[in-house]
Amino acid sequence: MKKDFLMIRNSAAYLTEAVPVIELEAFRNKIAEFCNKADGRIVALLGKKENNESLRIFTVLGSDSKGELYISSAILSGAEYSSLTPDLPQANLFERELYEEFGIIPKNHPWLKPVRNSAGYEFYSLAGDSVHEVAVGPVHAGVIEPGHFRFNCHGEKVFNLEIRLGYQRRGVEELMLKSKPSLRLVLAESIAGDTVIGHALAYCHAIEALADRQVPQRGRVIRALALELERVANHVGDLGALSNDVGFLPVASYFGRLKAEFSNMLLALNGNRYGRGLLKPGGAAFDLDNELVKNFKIRIERGMKEADEITDLLFSTPSVLARFEKTGVVKTEEARKLGLVGPSARASGLQRDVRCDYPFGMYRFKKIIPVKAATGDVFARARVRALEIKRSLTFIDEALEMVPREKISISCEEIKPSSFSVCMTEGWRGEIAHIAFTNERSELSRYKIIDPSFHNWPGLEIALKNGAISDFPLCNKSFNLSYAGFDL
Amino acid sequence: MLKILKIRLKQGNCTIPYPFKVKLPERFRGLPRVYPERCGDDCKLCADACPINAISLNPLTLDIGRCIFCENCVSACPNKAIEYSDGIKMSVRNRSDLLLRGQELKLAEALEKKMKKLLGRSLKLRVVTAGSCNGCEMELNAVNNIQFDLSRFGVQIVASPRHADGVIVTGPVTNNMKLALEKTFAAVPEPKIVIAVGACAINGGPFEGSPHVHNGADKLLPVDLYIPGCPPHPLTIIDGILRLLGRE
Repeated sequence: MKKDFLMIRNSAAYLTEAVPVIELEAFRNKIAEFCNKADGRIVALLGKKENNESLRIFTVLGSDSKGELYISSAILSGAEYSSLTPDLPQANLFERELYEEFGIIPKNHPWLKPVRNSAGYEFYSLAGDSVHEVAVGPVHAGVIEPGHFRFNCHGEKVFNLEIRLGYQRRGVEELMLKSKPSLRLVLAESIAGDTVIGHALAYCHAIEALADRQVPQRGRVIRALALELERVANHVGDLGALSNDVGFLPVASYFGRLKAEFSNMLLALNGNRYGRGLLKPGGAAFDLDNELVKNFKIRIERGMKEADEITDLLFSTPSVLARFEKTGVVKTEEARKLGLVGPSARASGLQRDVRCDYPFGMYRFKKIIPVKAATGDVFARARVRALEIKRSLTFIDEALEMVPREKISISCEEIKPSSFSVCMTEGWRGEIAHIAFTNERSELSRYKIIDPSFHNWPGLEIALKNGAISDFPLCNKSFNLSYAGFDL
Repeated sequence: MLKILKIRLKQGNCTIPYPFKVKLPERFRGLPRVYPERCGDDCKLCADACPINAISLNPLTLDIGRCIFCENCVSACPNKAIEYSDGIKMSVRNRSDLLLRGQELKLAEALEKKMKKLLGRSLKLRVVTAGSCNGCEMELNAVNNIQFDLSRFGVQIVASPRHADGVIVTGPVTNNMKLALEKTFAAVPEPKIVIAVGACAINGGPFEGSPHVHNGADKLLPVDLYIPGCPPHPLTIIDGILRLLGRE
C-alpha cells in the first residue's frame, strides 16, 4: 500500500508528481483489494489528460473508520484493463464516466453505456407474460428536475428500475477551467442550487489549499453555521415532502413553513435564501455581528422546539409509520457495495460522515456526532434526517457562542503550480468531493466534481427492487437526490 | 387526532396577507439601483468585478436579466453607482426592459385584453426544468407553501401540459432538455404563454456560452414574462405573474 499510494489529507495541496504511477492492471487490483478487504471506498476515479496527451487515471480511496485518504494513478497508454465493476459495483458509474469522457473501455464490464449522453443509450428490458414497462420523465408531474425512470414491472411489483440522467448537463467541469475566479465561485454555487454552501465550501477549500492560506477561525465558524443551516433547511423540507407523499398534509404544511424559517436565517446572514454569495476563497463575505448572534440564538431555540414538536407528531402517527417502515429497503451490505454516502448510507447502518471521518474547517475543533439507523428503509432515511436536524441545531446553538473576534477572511489569490488538492465536505446529501489540479502556469487544468448523488442514485434503483411501483414517489423523496449535481 | 388539531390551532393562519407588506432583512439584495451619473471617469471596476458580464459601460448599464445578484459590483464601486434596494418587483415583458441605466424599471404590463379575459382569473402553468440547479425549483415550490400561497390568486402549477395555459421555464435550456421542452410546449393548447424564471432561463446565467446550453428560454420559445433573480424571491415570482394577469 505504502509505495503504491500517497496518503493525503482532506483539503490539503500536494505536488502532482508526488502521486505514484503504477502499472494499470496492478492499479485496478489495488483498488479492488482496498475496497473489498479493508473498509475502503472509492471517493473518486477520474481521468486527466497529461501534457504529452497521454491519459492518466487517478483514484482517491477512503478508509472511513480510520479517516485515511489515499491517492494513486496509472497511465493509460492504449492498454485495456479488466473492469472493476464486477468485483466492485461502486465503480460502475465511474467506469462508465471514463468511457464516456475518454473512450476508455474496461474489459468485461457488465454493460458499458453512457452516463450523461443520450446517444447510444440502451435500456434494460424484460419480456414475458404480464410484464410491462413504465417510462416516466424527463418532464415530471411535480416541480422537480428532469430525469428518466424506466420500470420493468409485473403488475404493481417492480422487477427492475433503471434511472437515466444527463438532461441537466451544463458542462460545469469544463466551464470551471475556462472561467475567471469570480465566475468559478458562482458556478460552484450553481452545481446544485440546494447545496450552495456545500459545493461552494469545497471549491473554496480547493483554492485555499492550492494557495496555501488558512482561513481565520471566525470565517470557519460562519461557514460551518451556514453548512448546518443548509442541512437543517433541506432536511426539514424533505420531511415535509415525505409527509406530503403519504398524505399527511397538516404536518407537510408545518414543515414547509419551518423550512422557510431556516432559509430566512441564511437570508438574514447574507441576503440570499440559499446562501449565495456568503462564501469566498479566504473566508466569508458577510459577518455575523453580535446583534445577529443574539437574533439567531432566539430563532434557533424556537426552531428546535418547533422541529421537535412536529417530528414527534410525524413519527408517532401509526399510518405514517405503516407507509415508512419496510418500504424501499437498502441493506447494509448493499449500501456498502454501492458505496452510498451521507444520510442514505447512515440510514443503512454505515457510519460515514466527512465531518467526522475527514474533518475540515470548524469540524476540526468542534466535533459533531454522526447519526445512524439500521433498517435502511424510508423510515430510517426519515429518522436519520430528523435526528440530524436536532444535532445540527445544537451544533449551531453552541457554535454561536464560539465566534472569536477577528477577521472573517483573508486574501487568497495566487495558487501553486503543478499541484492538486482533494477537498471533501459533508453536504446535506452526503460527501461532496472537488478535486482540483493546476498546471505549471498555476492555472486550473482539471476540475473534478463529485456530488453525493453520483454515489447514491444506484441506491434508489436497489431500493425499488421487488417493491411496489406506487411506492416510488415516497422512495424517491426519501433519497431526494440531485439531478443537476449528478449531471454537472 | 387531538395532537394534530392542537398543532393546527397553534399554527393559526401563516399566509402572508396581500398586498404584501413584508419587511425583508437589511442584507436582502432586491432590485438594484443604477446611478450612471456617479461613475468616475474611465472607471470600470464594477464591470471587472462582475462574474458574468452583466455590466456594460458608457453609460453604466446593468442587465438584471444576466445579473445573479451577488455583491461584487457593489463592493467594487467607490462611488456607490450601483446599490441594492429591498424591492421585490422586477418582472418585465420585454428582454430589453431588463437593462438598467438609471431609469425606472418598466415593470410588466398585463396581457392583451383577450388573453387577460381568458387567463386573468384562472391560470394553470406547467414547470419545465431545463438545466436549472434546483434553486428556482425550490422557490417555485415555495410560492405554493402556506406562507406565499400562490393558489389563492387562481394560479396553479399543474402536472400535465395538456391542463396548462402556459409553461414556466427554468435553467439555460440544455441540449439534452431541448426536445423535452419543445414537446412540452407543443402539448400545451393554444393560446399559451411562456414565463422565464431566473437568470439561467433569461440568458444562460453562469452557464452562458457553454456548448451544452442554449443561453435561455427565449432562444427557443416566445417568452411573455421575464422574472429575474438567482433564484428570484417567491414574492418576486408572485408579483410577476400577477402583473401579467393585470392584477397587481
